[in-house]
Amino acid sequence: METIMGRLLQFGVLLASFVMLLGGVLYVWAHRGGVPDYRIFKSEPLALRHIGGVMSGVAAGEPAAVIQFAVLLLIATPVARVVFALIAFGIERDKLYVVVSAVVLAVLLFGFFHSQ
Amino acid sequence: MSLLTFTALLFLGSLLAGLLGALTGLGGGVVLVPLLTLGFHVDIRYAIGVSLISVIATSSGAAAAYVREGFSSVRIGMFLEVATTIGAILGAYLATVVHTQALAIIFGVVLIYSACLSWQQARNPVPELKKGSPWSNRLRLSGDYPGPDGTRSKYEVENIPGGFGMMFVAGTLSGLLGIGSGAVKVLAMDRIMKVPFKVSTTTSNFMIGVTAAASAGIYLHRGLISPGLAFPVMLGVLSGSLIGARYLVRAHVSVLRAVFTIVILALGVEMIINGVTKWF
Repeated sequence: METIMGRLLQFGVLLASFVMLLGGVLYVWAHRGGVPDYRIFKSEPLALRHIGGVMSGVAAGEPAAVIQFAVLLLIATPVARVVFALIAFGIERDKLYVVVSAVVLAVLLFGFFHSQ
Repeated sequence: MSLLTFTALLFLGSLLAGLLGALTGLGGGVVLVPLLTLGFHVDIRYAIGVSLISVIATSSGAAAAYVREGFSSVRIGMFLEVATTIGAILGAYLATVVHTQALAIIFGVVLIYSACLSWQQARNPVPELKKGSPWSNRLRLSGDYPGPDGTRSKYEVENIPGGFGMMFVAGTLSGLLGIGSGAVKVLAMDRIMKVPFKVSTTTSNFMIGVTAAASAGIYLHRGLISPGLAFPVMLGVLSGSLIGARYLVRAHVSVLRAVFTIVILALGVEMIINGVTKWF
């Protein structure tokens, strides 16, 4: 069970890194000649802050959206691990840890969706 | 500075941060945030957002290597993640109400404290616990791990509420400052619950990713994760920490560790001074 879990995490990170690299190259190409300034905080555009907006951005081939998609993949990786553990505890009929995993999953999902 | 140079420098800096984080055992975030704020003059809220992302990447990236050793306890990890994830969400909310310069000062203090903690942990190993709390077996937190001669050593844990409470603090710090707070997690497991060192370090690594994921979503929705920063930093920290983890096995670490702990202490002091002078 732990070996599969480790592989799952590794796969998620590899996939996210690949998408990140792709988006990054496109981003630098699209913004070449621009001067970056992150001294003062200004919120990122609303479209890049929720799943729907990121997805339509990816479909439109927007580099920033591709990077944000990689960020979403990365956030999803540990969440997938918790889902996997929940199923594995279910197969082992460990009721206590099915409940514990479900609580962790609920907190993760609350954090992700409540703030929208 | 053009975008290409800025991105290349960010990548190299993050690579170094990842390397340092892996060699000191403190994680990439603790070096990354000072580097971004002091070196690249990035707003600390951006630095924290992007640090959370690289913390998830390093934790998950290193997991496969840890799993091969077969030391981590999924049950202890999952049980304590209840505390860290709730803490992380609280931390992410606190980050909106705390003054930017206050964030920098808190960061400096936590940095110094973690460096001291990890230094002390490396020098004084905890004596093995013979008999744990009765709840250790009831909550199925007891387990075993392979020893050097192939036999499995059994272990139990004690002071579960204390460890759970400390994990809540670790989670809050993680959500507030964008760090893995591995040092506090190991403190909770090692010193308070008396989990064997080999089990606690690997389990803590597993927990870091899940904890950071709980608050990363909130940072993303608030627009605190900037794509232009995210890609060079995440790829840099990840490569740096993977190189660091590989090198760690071979290198004579105690000298390196001493040098880097001093570097981290200096960064902490600099964060505090910088925060105070800009605030007042």
